[in-house]
Amino acid sequence: MDIRTTGGPATADEVAAVDSVLGEPDSLWEGGERTPADDHVAYGGRSTRTRRHLLLPVLHAIQDRAGWVSRGALEYACRRLTIPPAEAYGVVSFYSRFALQERAPLALHVCDDIACKCAGADELCAALEQGFGPAGKDWHRSPCLGLCERAPAALVERSGPDHAELQVAPIDIDVASNVLRGGDWPGTTARHLPAQGSRKLLRRVGAVDPDSIDSYRSHGGYAALRRALEIGSEGVIRELTEARLLGRGGAAFPAGRKWDSVARAAVRPHYLVCNADESEPGTFKDRVLMENDPFAVVEAMTVAGTATGCERGYLYVRAEYPLARRRIESAVVQARRQGFLGADIEGRGVSFDIEVRRGAGAYICGEETALFNSIEGKRGEPRNKPPFPVQAGLFGKPTLVNNVETLVNVLDIVLEGGAAFAATGTADSTGTRLFCLSGHVREPGLYEVPMGTPLRALLELAGGLRPGRALRAVLLGGAAGSFVTEAQLDMPLSFEGTRAAGATLGSGPVIVLDDTADLKAILLRIARFFRDESCGQCVPCRVGTVRQEEVLQRLLKNGGAESGQSDIALLSDIAQAMRDASICGLGQTAANAISSALIPLKVVHQNG
Amino acid sequence: MADAVFVGLPRRLVKLTVDGQELEALEGSTILEVCRQIHIDTPTLCQLETLTPVNVCRVCVVEVEGSRVLVPACSRKVEAGMRIHTDSERVRHSRRLVLELLASSVDMSLCSREVHGWMARYGATPGRFGAGVATVAQPVKVDNDLYVRDYSRCILCYKCVEACGVDAQNTFAIGVAGRGFDAHISTEFNVPLPESACVYCGNCIGVCPTGALMFKSEHDMRAAGTWDEAKQAVTETVCPYCGVGCMLELHVQDNEIVKVTSPLDHSVTSGHLCIKGRFGFQFVQRRRP
Repeated sequence: MDIRTTGGPATADEVAAVDSVLGEPDSLWEGGERTPADDHVAYGGRSTRTRRHLLLPVLHAIQDRAGWVSRGALEYACRRLTIPPAEAYGVVSFYSRFALQERAPLALHVCDDIACKCAGADELCAALEQGFGPAGKDWHRSPCLGLCERAPAALVERSGPDHAELQVAPIDIDVASNVLRGGDWPGTTARHLPAQGSRKLLRRVGAVDPDSIDSYRSHGGYAALRRALEIGSEGVIRELTEARLLGRGGAAFPAGRKWDSVARAAVRPHYLVCNADESEPGTFKDRVLMENDPFAVVEAMTVAGTATGCERGYLYVRAEYPLARRRIESAVVQARRQGFLGADIEGRGVSFDIEVRRGAGAYICGEETALFNSIEGKRGEPRNKPPFPVQAGLFGKPTLVNNVETLVNVLDIVLEGGAAFAATGTADSTGTRLFCLSGHVREPGLYEVPMGTPLRALLELAGGLRPGRALRAVLLGGAAGSFVTEAQLDMPLSFEGTRAAGATLGSGPVIVLDDTADLKAILLRIARFFRDESCGQCVPCRVGTVRQEEVLQRLLKNGGAESGQSDIALLSDIAQAMRDASICGLGQTAANAISSALIPLKVVHQNG
Repeated sequence: MADAVFVGLPRRLVKLTVDGQELEALEGSTILEVCRQIHIDTPTLCQLETLTPVNVCRVCVVEVEGSRVLVPACSRKVEAGMRIHTDSERVRHSRRLVLELLASSVDMSLCSREVHGWMARYGATPGRFGAGVATVAQPVKVDNDLYVRDYSRCILCYKCVEACGVDAQNTFAIGVAGRGFDAHISTEFNVPLPESACVYCGNCIGVCPTGALMFKSEHDMRAAGTWDEAKQAVTETVCPYCGVGCMLELHVQDNEIVKVTSPLDHSVTSGHLCIKGRFGFQFVQRRRP
């Protein structure tokens, strides 16, 4: 491919950043200096193009080092990877973490999403605006950072040779101002799990040293892998099918069926993908698991990979989880060193290894096919299904993709057997479930309860509302979920229980809103969220989310006015088209929360 | 005896129902192909026979019984026993909304008569979203002598990107950049075409359904008010430049070539040309003083 580059050379720093991922170039054909040999031989074409999937790691290296992606840097990366610059530019401009304009090395990302709104994020942003000017220069507004139990939250990053990132939560204006003025960063703020709730998936959280494989093994770690290798692929899948485990990422697909399809797929190789791009507003369960029990995630991936014939697994973790990423990366290294990953696991001749990939700020990449594209170094645009991932997923090969929580469940299923696992929960929803409580509850945090626990009981575990407050609504399932009211609190939190009530568990976020909550502002935030996060590929979602926000704004401004009724009808028209005709789940659910609130919660009144 | 010729594996016929009509279709064909065979007019914007389906415009959606959501006819393959509805309430609603959403944000006035026919058929009233809604309106990009890019007419059908890329030209001068409503067709860092990898084959113009990509000659004549398709004749000829044998359609107005196209179904070109065939026609009309 003839790559035309006209942007001038990359700086030494930028070249070093790219080379830190790709190594030094061998020849002119790979972006290096011209040597006499290059005049006679051309090589590297196909083998270079197959490295396309390294584009995002390369872009991260540039962004971390230089603070932005300049034209020279991008074109150097393009020559190294044989990617047309126009296409690479499309990738850079897709992800919100990559800057295309030079900016200050220090950036503060302040969450102004629903849970943080309930904890004063708007006031914080207003104060920042007063002190440091509007968002977009020194500080940035961010969608949910997954730190909802410690809201309001922020993420601070500094580019350069000493690149660093830190999650700061809770944050106040004093801490934020100090950070922005170049002061010291606050210490890491960990928070213990709430005392209430079950302890199955979470039993090691807080007890085990997340940086030590020995500590993990002394807490029963790697027993499941040993057992899995004993009973073999068929045994593992049989237990999983008997356990009737349903996916915890939001779609509730039977895990056993998925594993079986991949294991049987004739096309090779198979790939495993662990979806840790947890970005649904109000969700932080996977972060807690990865930060506090990273070896469990690594072990579960190894069980999954060896049971379904994968030799390679990718864990795709969202950009906003630097601590989780570090811990998982260190866990992978330690597991490899001890022979739990690599060419000959446990001396049984099976081979499996894990690569950690870092998202770059795109909610849509939690959608499995968008995630594949992102790993492949492309824009995170979802693919049309069929074909499904089990037939043609990552790199077009059969792919098993599971959420972090789903995978961690597998460890217990292998150890105790599928039937014993299925004894917990309800008939159709087995096991326990992690719920992320945030908003106006006394004890926000991660709670584990058996499937089927009533919503009311879950709220009580979290200490209920603050004294003297009445419940306005609960947002179940995040921005893609729906609002439920006081009258629905006895709804059992199981897949079938929520479905019967027209709600969804989604990825497990439970955002509680009392009578002080500004529901209009929250609905507008949700509408803005989808407008910002739509990938822009299909018309119903790209334009629909924009029209939805515009009409909602108009409707909420002039309340019950005459035009209001036609706007309500218009919103429902847009909602139906987005639900019916969008390519992926984002567009299909982008109107759910808003439609579930407008009339039922009397945000606006319907005449007649 | 002549050597055996491989004619491909035999394709089975599958039985399916379209709008209540039972029929058999070749395995591997798309719902759209079947609809066209039985003369069901199905609107499409991002679909073209010569390009890989991207199924992004969603105007061709149909209802398949048992499917939770509507499916794109352009890319979904037929399966045995499929029961398809192409004119149900849900289908009509989504097609109408897609056309309304597009027409409320993009200038679609230069789309074909077919597109305007679909708008009428589905009762699309783009104005109902109200005044002052977001659009993609922006100035026309004129940065070279051969063609202009008016992205206020761009519906983001990806066709030009595909024609510039692996589906035809393999030049990769343009791509989709940005995200959401800000997604747009762009060169790297939005540089002007002469700085980009563009080779001016004009194949992007050939596939553009909305007039966002246009010959500079046409653009200038439209600006001057002299563009008049009624006065144009189309003359078919073969490109004189090399031995490939590309078929050209010369669009002639007032005895001047005003643009050049090639038929989509031509076995040599599939509608695609190179810079010489597409733009190198001035010598024909060079008049003696």
